[in-house]
Amino acid sequence: MAEDTNKLIVARSAPAAGEAGRTGDWRSHTPVIDQDRCTGKDTCLLCWLYCPDGVISSEFPLEIDIEYCKGCGVCAEECPRDAITMVEGRTGGD
Amino acid sequence: MTDIRIINANEAAALAAQLCRVQVVAAYPITPQTPVTEDLAAMIERGDLKAEYLTVESEHSAMAAVVAASQVGARVFTATSANGLLYMHEMLHWAAGSRVPVVTACVNRGVGAPWTILNDQQDSIAQRDTGWMQLYCRNNQEVLDTIIQAYRIAEQMLIPVMVCYDGFVLSHTNTPVEVPDQEDVDRFLPPTDGKHLIQEQERMNLNPLILSDPRPDASGEMKPGYMEFRFRLQEDLISSLDAIDRTDKEYGRQFGRVWGGLVWEYRMNDARHALVSMGSLASECTIAADTMRKQGLRTGVVGIRAYRPFPAEALAETLRRVETVAVFEKDISYGYGGAVASDLKAALFDANLRPRLSSFVAGLGGRDVRPEQIVQAATDAILKEPTSRWMDVRL
Repeated sequence: MAEDTNKLIVARSAPAAGEAGRTGDWRSHTPVIDQDRCTGKDTCLLCWLYCPDGVISSEFPLEIDIEYCKGCGVCAEECPRDAITMVEGRTGGD
Repeated sequence: MTDIRIINANEAAALAAQLCRVQVVAAYPITPQTPVTEDLAAMIERGDLKAEYLTVESEHSAMAAVVAASQVGARVFTATSANGLLYMHEMLHWAAGSRVPVVTACVNRGVGAPWTILNDQQDSIAQRDTGWMQLYCRNNQEVLDTIIQAYRIAEQMLIPVMVCYDGFVLSHTNTPVEVPDQEDVDRFLPPTDGKHLIQEQERMNLNPLILSDPRPDASGEMKPGYMEFRFRLQEDLISSLDAIDRTDKEYGRQFGRVWGGLVWEYRMNDARHALVSMGSLASECTIAADTMRKQGLRTGVVGIRAYRPFPAEALAETLRRVETVAVFEKDISYGYGGAVASDLKAALFDANLRPRLSSFVAGLGGRDVRPEQIVQAATDAILKEPTSRWMDVRL
Protein backbone atom coordinates (compact mmCIF):
# COMPACT_ATOMS: atom_id res chain seq x y z
CA MET A 1 0.00 0.00 0.00
CA ALA A 2 1.84 3.03 -1.16
CA GLU A 3 1.42 6.60 -2.23
CA ASP A 4 -1.51 6.14 -4.64
CA THR A 5 -3.52 4.05 -2.24
CA ASN A 6 -3.01 6.59 0.52
CA LYS A 7 -4.56 9.26 -1.68
CA LEU A 8 -7.75 7.27 -1.87
CA ILE A 9 -8.02 6.09 1.72
CA VAL A 10 -6.71 9.11 3.64
CA ALA A 11 -8.09 12.62 3.28
CA ARG A 12 -5.19 14.84 2.28
CA SER A 13 -4.50 17.85 0.13
CA ALA A 14 -1.83 20.32 -0.80
CA PRO A 15 -2.25 23.68 0.94
CA ALA A 16 -3.71 26.08 -1.65
CA ALA A 17 -6.23 28.87 -1.93
CA GLY A 18 -9.68 27.39 -2.43
CA GLU A 19 -8.73 24.01 -0.94
CA ALA A 20 -11.88 24.02 1.18
CA GLY A 21 -13.99 25.00 -1.83
CA ARG A 22 -15.32 28.40 -2.92
CA THR A 23 -16.16 29.44 0.60
CA GLY A 24 -17.33 32.88 -0.58
CA ASP A 25 -20.75 31.43 -1.22
CA TRP A 26 -21.20 30.79 2.52
CA ARG A 27 -21.42 34.53 3.02
CA SER A 28 -24.59 36.31 4.17
CA HIS A 29 -22.85 39.65 4.84
CA THR A 30 -19.97 41.18 2.93
CA PRO A 31 -17.19 43.38 4.37
CA VAL A 32 -16.82 46.74 2.65
CA ILE A 33 -13.71 48.87 3.34
CA ASP A 34 -13.91 52.62 3.57
CA GLN A 35 -10.40 53.39 2.28
CA ASP A 36 -10.62 56.99 3.63
CA ARG A 37 -11.00 55.76 7.21
CA CYS A 38 -8.28 53.04 6.88
CA THR A 39 -4.90 54.14 8.30
CA GLY A 40 -3.14 52.82 5.24
CA LYS A 41 -0.18 51.94 7.48
CA ASP A 42 1.38 48.54 7.95
CA THR A 43 1.73 49.25 11.68
CA CYS A 44 -2.00 48.45 11.86
CA LEU A 45 -3.09 45.60 9.55
CA LEU A 46 -5.22 44.17 12.35
CA CYS A 47 -7.86 43.06 9.83
CA TRP A 48 -5.22 41.13 7.89
CA LEU A 49 -3.88 39.66 11.11
CA TYR A 50 -7.24 38.55 12.50
CA CYS A 51 -8.84 37.31 9.27
CA PRO A 52 -9.28 33.55 9.93
CA ASP A 53 -9.27 32.81 6.20
CA GLY A 54 -6.30 34.91 5.15
CA VAL A 55 -8.26 36.64 2.43
CA ILE A 56 -7.25 40.25 3.18
CA SER A 57 -4.22 41.65 1.37
CA SER A 58 -1.33 43.14 3.35
CA GLU A 59 -0.74 45.91 0.83
CA PHE A 60 -2.60 49.19 0.56
CA PRO A 61 -5.19 49.93 -0.47
CA LEU A 62 -6.43 46.77 1.24
CA GLU A 63 -8.38 44.27 -0.83
CA ILE A 64 -10.57 41.39 0.32
CA ASP A 65 -10.72 38.25 -1.80
CA ILE A 66 -14.46 37.96 -2.08
CA GLU A 67 -14.17 34.53 -3.73
CA TYR A 68 -13.20 33.01 -0.37
CA CYS A 69 -14.34 35.51 2.30
CA LYS A 70 -16.93 33.68 4.44
CA GLY A 71 -18.34 36.94 5.79
CA CYS A 72 -17.57 36.21 9.44
CA GLY A 73 -17.16 39.92 10.28
CA VAL A 74 -14.05 39.53 12.46
CA CYS A 75 -12.24 42.21 10.41
CA ALA A 76 -15.05 44.72 10.94
CA GLU A 77 -15.08 43.92 14.67
CA GLU A 78 -11.31 44.35 15.03
CA CYS A 79 -10.76 47.47 12.90
CA PRO A 80 -9.91 50.24 15.43
CA ARG A 81 -11.12 52.96 13.02
CA ASP A 82 -14.43 51.35 12.03
CA ALA A 83 -13.28 51.38 8.44
CA ILE A 84 -14.93 48.06 7.63
CA THR A 85 -18.71 47.64 7.50
CA MET A 86 -20.59 44.38 7.06
CA VAL A 87 -23.22 44.91 4.38
CA GLU A 88 -26.04 42.44 3.98
CA GLY A 89 -25.78 40.20 0.93
CA ARG A 90 -23.06 38.51 -1.09
CA THR A 91 -21.88 41.47 -3.06
CA GLY A 92 -21.39 44.33 -0.65
CA GLY A 93 -24.21 46.37 -2.10
CA ASP A 94 -22.97 46.68 -5.69
CA MET B 1 17.93 -23.55 21.91
CA THR B 2 14.33 -22.59 22.53
CA ASP B 3 13.94 -19.59 24.81
CA ILE B 4 11.08 -20.36 27.19
CA ARG B 5 10.33 -17.88 29.97
CA ILE B 6 7.84 -17.98 32.82
CA ILE B 7 6.13 -14.64 32.32
CA ASN B 8 2.75 -12.96 32.47
CA ALA B 9 0.84 -11.46 29.55
CA ASN B 10 2.02 -7.93 30.29
CA GLU B 11 5.62 -9.06 30.03
CA ALA B 12 4.75 -11.00 26.89
CA ALA B 13 3.18 -7.88 25.35
CA ALA B 14 6.22 -5.71 26.13
CA LEU B 15 8.55 -8.41 24.77
CA ALA B 16 6.48 -8.65 21.59
CA ALA B 17 6.71 -4.88 21.06
CA GLN B 18 10.47 -5.11 21.56
CA LEU B 19 10.76 -7.99 19.09
CA CYS B 20 8.76 -5.92 16.58
CA ARG B 21 11.36 -3.15 16.99
CA VAL B 22 8.80 -0.47 17.73
CA GLN B 23 10.28 3.00 17.34
CA VAL B 24 7.87 5.14 19.34
CA VAL B 25 6.02 4.20 22.53
CA ALA B 26 3.58 6.62 24.14
CA ALA B 27 1.64 5.24 27.06
CA TYR B 28 -0.01 6.33 30.26
CA PRO B 29 -0.10 3.88 33.16
CA ILE B 30 -3.36 2.34 34.36
CA THR B 31 -4.03 -0.88 36.24
CA PRO B 32 -3.72 -3.65 35.03
CA GLN B 33 -1.72 -2.38 32.02
CA THR B 34 0.95 -0.53 34.07
CA PRO B 35 3.68 -3.23 33.96
CA VAL B 36 3.66 -3.06 30.14
CA THR B 37 4.64 0.60 30.27
CA GLU B 38 7.21 -0.09 33.00
CA ASP B 39 8.82 -2.91 31.03
CA LEU B 40 9.04 -0.87 27.83
CA ALA B 41 10.39 2.18 29.66
CA ALA B 42 13.07 0.00 31.26
CA MET B 43 14.01 -1.62 27.93
CA ILE B 44 14.43 1.81 26.33
CA GLU B 45 16.33 3.18 29.34
CA ARG B 46 18.73 0.22 29.25
CA GLY B 47 19.21 0.61 25.51
CA ASP B 48 17.70 -2.80 24.80
CA LEU B 49 15.06 -1.18 22.61
CA LYS B 50 15.98 1.72 20.35
CA ALA B 51 12.80 3.72 20.63
CA GLU B 52 11.45 7.05 21.78
CA TYR B 53 9.37 6.79 24.95
CA LEU B 54 6.95 9.71 25.24
CA THR B 55 5.68 10.34 28.75
CA VAL B 56 2.33 11.84 27.89
CA GLU B 57 -0.24 13.36 30.22
CA SER B 58 -3.18 11.15 29.23
CA GLU B 59 -4.35 8.26 27.10
CA HIS B 60 -5.92 10.74 24.69
CA SER B 61 -2.47 12.24 24.18
CA ALA B 62 -0.84 8.81 24.01
CA MET B 63 -3.02 7.84 21.07
CA ALA B 64 -2.60 11.25 19.41
CA ALA B 65 1.18 10.89 19.73
CA VAL B 66 1.38 7.41 18.23
CA VAL B 67 -0.97 8.38 15.39
CA ALA B 68 1.33 11.29 14.53
CA ALA B 69 4.47 9.16 14.81
CA SER B 70 2.87 6.52 12.62
CA GLN B 71 2.02 9.13 9.98
CA VAL B 72 5.72 9.90 9.55
CA GLY B 73 6.52 6.22 9.24
CA ALA B 74 7.46 5.03 12.74
CA ARG B 75 6.32 1.65 14.04
CA VAL B 76 4.45 2.54 17.21
CA PHE B 77 2.96 0.88 20.27
CA THR B 78 0.74 1.81 23.16
CA ALA B 79 -1.27 -0.06 25.76
CA THR B 80 -4.13 0.79 28.07
CA SER B 81 -7.13 -0.50 30.01
CA ALA B 82 -10.68 0.41 30.96
CA ASN B 83 -11.26 4.12 31.56
CA GLY B 84 -7.92 4.87 29.90
CA LEU B 85 -9.18 3.23 26.74
CA LEU B 86 -12.41 5.18 27.01
CA TYR B 87 -10.37 8.37 27.30
CA MET B 88 -8.71 7.38 23.99
CA HIS B 89 -12.06 6.91 22.32
CA GLU B 90 -11.99 10.02 20.15
CA MET B 91 -8.44 9.31 19.03
CA LEU B 92 -9.31 5.67 18.27
CA HIS B 93 -11.73 6.97 15.64
CA TRP B 94 -9.03 9.38 14.51
CA ALA B 95 -6.44 6.58 14.16
CA ALA B 96 -8.75 4.39 12.09
CA GLY B 97 -9.86 7.30 9.92
CA SER B 98 -6.21 8.24 9.41
CA ARG B 99 -5.51 4.65 8.33
CA VAL B 100 -2.39 4.32 10.47
CA PRO B 101 -1.03 0.88 11.40
CA VAL B 102 -1.02 1.52 15.14
CA VAL B 103 -1.00 -1.54 17.41
CA THR B 104 -2.45 -1.19 20.90
CA ALA B 105 -2.69 -3.69 23.70
CA CYS B 106 -5.93 -3.49 25.66
CA VAL B 107 -5.59 -5.20 29.01
CA ASN B 108 -9.29 -5.84 29.59
CA ARG B 109 -10.73 -4.35 32.75
CA GLY B 110 -14.22 -3.39 33.89
CA VAL B 111 -15.32 0.21 33.45
CA GLY B 112 -16.31 2.67 36.20
CA ALA B 113 -18.61 3.75 37.74
CA PRO B 114 -18.44 2.24 40.29
CA TRP B 115 -14.67 1.78 40.20
CA THR B 116 -13.33 -1.65 39.56
CA ILE B 117 -9.79 -2.58 38.63
CA LEU B 118 -10.75 -6.17 37.90
CA ASN B 119 -11.42 -7.93 34.66
CA ASP B 120 -14.23 -7.93 32.15
CA GLN B 121 -14.29 -6.96 28.47
CA GLN B 122 -16.63 -3.97 28.60
CA ASP B 123 -13.79 -1.54 27.80
CA SER B 124 -12.82 -2.93 24.40
CA ILE B 125 -16.34 -3.99 23.46
CA ALA B 126 -17.36 -0.35 23.97
CA GLN B 127 -14.77 0.56 21.26
CA ARG B 128 -16.33 -1.85 18.78
CA ASP B 129 -17.45 0.78 16.29
CA THR B 130 -14.28 2.86 16.06
CA GLY B 131 -13.00 1.15 12.89
CA TRP B 132 -10.23 -0.80 14.66
CA MET B 133 -9.60 -4.49 14.34
CA GLN B 134 -9.94 -6.31 17.66
CA LEU B 135 -8.19 -9.62 18.38
CA TYR B 136 -8.85 -11.46 21.67
CA CYS B 137 -6.23 -13.75 23.21
CA ARG B 138 -6.73 -16.79 25.40
CA ASN B 139 -3.26 -17.14 26.94
CA ASN B 140 0.10 -15.43 27.37
CA GLN B 141 1.74 -17.16 24.41
CA GLU B 142 -1.09 -16.03 22.17
CA VAL B 143 -0.61 -12.44 23.39
CA LEU B 144 3.03 -12.45 22.32
CA ASP B 145 2.33 -14.14 18.98
CA THR B 146 -0.73 -12.01 18.23
CA ILE B 147 1.04 -8.69 18.76
CA ILE B 148 3.70 -9.75 16.25
CA GLN B 149 0.96 -10.81 13.83
CA ALA B 150 -0.94 -7.56 14.50
CA TYR B 151 1.84 -5.38 13.06
CA ARG B 152 1.93 -7.46 9.90
CA ILE B 153 -1.86 -7.23 9.52
CA ALA B 154 -2.04 -3.51 10.39
CA GLU B 155 0.79 -2.53 8.04
CA GLN B 156 -0.71 -4.54 5.22
CA MET B 157 -4.26 -3.21 5.59
CA LEU B 158 -3.39 0.26 6.99
CA ILE B 159 -5.90 -0.25 9.77
CA PRO B 160 -5.03 -0.11 13.50
CA VAL B 161 -5.26 -3.31 15.55
CA MET B 162 -6.21 -3.70 19.21
CA VAL B 163 -4.86 -6.84 20.86
CA CYS B 164 -7.08 -7.63 23.87
CA TYR B 165 -6.23 -9.84 26.83
CA ASP B 166 -7.89 -10.25 30.18
CA GLY B 167 -6.62 -8.18 33.09
CA PHE B 168 -5.10 -10.17 35.98
CA VAL B 169 -6.37 -13.51 34.58
CA LEU B 170 -3.61 -13.19 31.97
CA SER B 171 -1.89 -9.87 32.68
CA HIS B 172 -0.67 -10.92 36.13
CA THR B 173 -0.54 -14.70 35.80
CA ASN B 174 2.79 -16.31 34.94
CA THR B 175 2.92 -19.19 32.49
CA PRO B 176 5.61 -20.57 30.16
CA VAL B 177 5.95 -18.49 26.99
CA GLU B 178 8.22 -19.36 24.10
CA VAL B 179 10.04 -16.25 22.92
CA PRO B 180 10.99 -16.35 19.24
CA ASP B 181 14.42 -15.32 17.93
CA GLN B 182 14.84 -11.70 16.93
CA GLU B 183 16.09 -12.78 13.51
CA ASP B 184 12.95 -14.81 12.87
CA VAL B 185 10.70 -11.94 13.90
CA ASP B 186 12.72 -9.59 11.65
CA ARG B 187 12.09 -11.96 8.75
CA PHE B 188 8.35 -12.11 9.51
CA LEU B 189 8.10 -8.39 10.06
CA PRO B 190 10.52 -6.33 7.95
CA PRO B 191 10.99 -2.63 8.75
CA THR B 192 8.20 -0.33 7.53
CA ASP B 193 8.55 0.49 3.85
CA GLY B 194 9.15 4.23 4.14
CA LYS B 195 6.14 5.10 2.02
CA HIS B 196 4.61 7.16 4.76
CA LEU B 197 1.75 9.56 4.62
CA ILE B 198 3.92 12.56 5.32
CA GLN B 199 6.99 12.91 3.12
CA GLU B 200 9.80 15.33 3.71
CA GLN B 201 9.59 18.49 1.61
CA GLU B 202 5.96 17.82 0.70
CA ARG B 203 3.51 20.37 2.08
CA MET B 204 0.26 18.72 2.99
CA ASN B 205 -3.02 19.12 4.79
CA LEU B 206 -3.81 15.84 6.48
CA ASN B 207 -7.41 15.08 7.37
CA PRO B 208 -8.72 18.49 6.37
CA LEU B 209 -12.39 19.37 6.51
CA ILE B 210 -14.18 17.18 4.00
CA LEU B 211 -17.49 18.16 2.47
CA SER B 212 -20.22 15.64 1.86
CA ASP B 213 -19.78 15.20 -1.88
CA PRO B 214 -16.68 14.35 -3.91
CA ARG B 215 -15.25 17.52 -5.42
CA PRO B 216 -12.18 18.78 -7.27
CA ASP B 217 -9.37 20.07 -5.07
CA ALA B 218 -7.65 23.43 -5.69
CA SER B 219 -5.60 21.90 -8.52
CA GLY B 220 -8.69 20.44 -10.19
CA GLU B 221 -8.12 16.81 -9.17
CA MET B 222 -11.27 15.00 -8.01
CA LYS B 223 -11.15 14.09 -4.31
CA PRO B 224 -13.43 11.67 -2.44
CA GLY B 225 -16.10 12.91 -0.05
CA TYR B 226 -16.53 11.78 3.55
CA MET B 227 -18.63 8.72 2.72
CA GLU B 228 -16.12 7.46 0.16
CA PHE B 229 -13.30 7.46 2.74
CA ARG B 230 -15.50 5.73 5.30
CA PHE B 231 -16.73 3.18 2.76
CA ARG B 232 -13.14 2.25 1.91
CA LEU B 233 -12.40 1.74 5.61
CA GLN B 234 -15.39 -0.60 5.87
CA GLU B 235 -14.42 -2.50 2.71
CA ASP B 236 -10.83 -2.88 3.90
CA LEU B 237 -11.99 -4.09 7.31
CA ILE B 238 -14.01 -6.80 5.60
CA SER B 239 -10.94 -7.68 3.50
CA SER B 240 -8.99 -7.87 6.75
CA LEU B 241 -10.82 -11.11 7.57
CA ASP B 242 -8.60 -12.79 4.96
CA ALA B 243 -5.51 -10.92 6.12
CA ILE B 244 -5.98 -12.03 9.75
CA ASP B 245 -6.54 -15.64 8.73
CA ARG B 246 -3.63 -15.69 6.28
CA THR B 247 -1.24 -13.98 8.69
CA ASP B 248 -1.93 -16.57 11.38
CA LYS B 249 -1.18 -19.36 8.88
CA GLU B 250 2.02 -17.64 7.73
CA TYR B 251 3.04 -17.21 11.36
CA GLY B 252 2.37 -20.89 11.93
CA ARG B 253 4.59 -21.89 9.00
CA GLN B 254 7.47 -19.83 10.37
CA PHE B 255 7.07 -20.25 14.13
CA GLY B 256 5.13 -23.51 14.44
CA ARG B 257 2.17 -22.04 16.32
CA VAL B 258 -1.27 -21.14 14.91
CA TRP B 259 -4.15 -19.70 16.89
CA GLY B 260 -7.09 -20.43 14.60
CA GLY B 261 -7.01 -17.24 12.57
CA LEU B 262 -10.48 -15.74 13.00
CA VAL B 263 -12.14 -18.46 15.04
CA TRP B 264 -10.73 -21.45 16.90
CA GLU B 265 -12.46 -24.72 17.68
CA TYR B 266 -12.19 -27.24 20.49
CA ARG B 267 -13.76 -30.70 20.09
CA MET B 268 -16.21 -29.37 17.52
CA ASN B 269 -15.88 -32.26 15.03
CA ASP B 270 -18.77 -34.29 16.42
CA ALA B 271 -20.26 -31.62 18.70
CA ARG B 272 -24.04 -31.20 18.99
CA HIS B 273 -23.67 -28.29 21.40
CA ALA B 274 -21.30 -25.34 21.23
CA LEU B 275 -20.03 -22.95 23.87
CA VAL B 276 -19.04 -19.65 22.23
CA SER B 277 -16.83 -17.10 23.96
CA MET B 278 -13.79 -14.81 23.68
CA GLY B 279 -10.48 -14.50 25.48
CA SER B 280 -9.60 -16.42 28.62
CA LEU B 281 -13.27 -17.22 29.31
CA ALA B 282 -13.35 -19.17 26.03
CA SER B 283 -10.27 -21.05 27.22
CA GLU B 284 -12.10 -21.92 30.44
CA CYS B 285 -15.08 -23.14 28.40
CA THR B 286 -12.90 -25.99 27.11
CA ILE B 287 -12.76 -27.40 30.66
CA ALA B 288 -16.55 -27.12 30.90
CA ALA B 289 -16.92 -28.90 27.53
CA ASP B 290 -14.76 -31.81 28.74
CA THR B 291 -16.96 -32.18 31.83
CA MET B 292 -20.14 -32.04 29.79
CA ARG B 293 -18.87 -34.74 27.45
CA LYS B 294 -18.29 -36.99 30.45
CA GLN B 295 -21.95 -36.37 31.31
CA GLY B 296 -22.99 -37.48 27.83
CA LEU B 297 -23.49 -34.08 26.22
CA ARG B 298 -21.37 -33.85 23.05
CA THR B 299 -20.10 -30.33 23.55
CA GLY B 300 -17.38 -28.29 21.85
CA VAL B 301 -16.07 -24.75 22.09
CA VAL B 302 -15.85 -22.01 19.48
CA GLY B 303 -13.50 -19.19 20.45
CA ILE B 304 -13.85 -15.88 18.67
CA ARG B 305 -10.36 -14.51 18.11
CA ALA B 306 -11.30 -11.68 15.72
CA TYR B 307 -14.27 -9.72 17.03
CA ARG B 308 -13.82 -6.86 14.53
CA PRO B 309 -13.90 -7.56 11.67
CA PHE B 310 -16.59 -10.04 12.75
CA PRO B 311 -16.10 -13.49 11.21
CA ALA B 312 -19.80 -14.07 10.45
CA GLU B 313 -19.25 -16.66 7.72
CA ALA B 314 -16.60 -18.60 9.63
CA LEU B 315 -18.87 -18.76 12.68
CA ALA B 316 -21.89 -19.87 10.65
CA GLU B 317 -19.76 -22.56 9.05
CA THR B 318 -18.49 -23.97 12.33
CA LEU B 319 -21.94 -23.78 13.99
CA ARG B 320 -23.86 -25.16 10.99
CA ARG B 321 -24.50 -28.57 12.49
CA VAL B 322 -25.03 -27.85 16.19
CA GLU B 323 -28.40 -27.91 17.96
CA THR B 324 -27.50 -25.68 20.89
CA VAL B 325 -25.33 -22.60 21.15
CA ALA B 326 -24.50 -21.05 24.53
CA VAL B 327 -22.66 -17.73 24.42
CA PHE B 328 -20.62 -16.67 27.45
CA GLU B 329 -19.27 -13.13 27.52
CA LYS B 330 -17.88 -10.54 29.90
CA ASP B 331 -19.68 -7.53 28.51
CA ILE B 332 -23.17 -6.14 28.14
CA SER B 333 -24.68 -3.80 25.57
CA TYR B 334 -26.81 -1.99 28.14
CA GLY B 335 -30.48 -1.92 27.30
CA TYR B 336 -30.23 -4.98 25.06
CA GLY B 337 -27.94 -7.93 25.73
CA GLY B 338 -24.49 -9.43 25.32
CA ALA B 339 -22.70 -7.84 22.36
CA VAL B 340 -21.16 -11.11 21.13
CA ALA B 341 -24.46 -12.99 21.35
CA SER B 342 -26.24 -10.23 19.41
CA ASP B 343 -23.64 -10.23 16.64
CA LEU B 344 -23.64 -14.01 16.50
CA LYS B 345 -27.43 -14.16 16.23
CA ALA B 346 -27.28 -11.73 13.30
CA ALA B 347 -24.62 -13.86 11.61
CA LEU B 348 -26.68 -17.04 12.05
CA PHE B 349 -29.82 -15.30 10.79
CA ASP B 350 -27.99 -14.28 7.60
CA ALA B 351 -26.87 -17.90 7.15
CA ASN B 352 -30.44 -19.20 7.66
CA LEU B 353 -29.42 -21.10 10.80
CA ARG B 354 -31.70 -21.37 13.83
CA PRO B 355 -29.92 -23.25 16.62
CA ARG B 356 -31.32 -23.02 20.15
CA LEU B 357 -29.24 -20.07 21.32
CA SER B 358 -28.72 -18.93 24.90
CA SER B 359 -26.81 -15.87 25.99
CA PHE B 360 -24.99 -15.55 29.32
CA VAL B 361 -23.39 -12.39 30.65
CA ALA B 362 -20.81 -13.40 33.23
CA GLY B 363 -17.82 -12.31 35.25
CA LEU B 364 -18.34 -8.55 35.18
CA GLY B 365 -15.93 -6.54 37.33
CA GLY B 366 -13.79 -9.58 38.10
CA ARG B 367 -16.52 -11.85 39.52
CA ASP B 368 -15.00 -15.29 39.23
CA VAL B 369 -16.51 -17.60 36.64
CA ARG B 370 -15.96 -21.23 37.63
CA PRO B 371 -16.09 -24.10 35.12
CA GLU B 372 -18.93 -25.79 37.03
CA GLN B 373 -21.01 -22.62 36.63
CA ILE B 374 -20.45 -22.75 32.87
CA VAL B 375 -21.39 -26.46 32.88
CA GLN B 376 -24.59 -25.75 34.82
CA ALA B 377 -25.65 -22.83 32.61
CA ALA B 378 -24.85 -24.68 29.37
CA THR B 379 -26.58 -27.87 30.54
CA ASP B 380 -29.70 -25.88 31.37
CA ALA B 381 -29.50 -24.25 27.93
CA ILE B 382 -29.42 -27.70 26.33
CA LEU B 383 -32.04 -29.46 28.46
CA LYS B 384 -34.42 -26.55 29.13
CA GLU B 385 -35.63 -23.60 27.07
CA PRO B 386 -33.12 -21.16 25.50
CA THR B 387 -32.50 -18.23 27.79
CA SER B 388 -30.83 -14.85 27.96
CA ARG B 389 -29.58 -14.00 31.41
CA TRP B 390 -26.77 -12.86 33.69
CA MET B 391 -24.85 -15.55 35.57
CA ASP B 392 -24.26 -15.48 39.31
CA VAL B 393 -25.99 -12.19 40.15
CA ARG B 394 -26.60 -12.20 43.93
CA LEU B 395 -29.42 -9.80 44.68
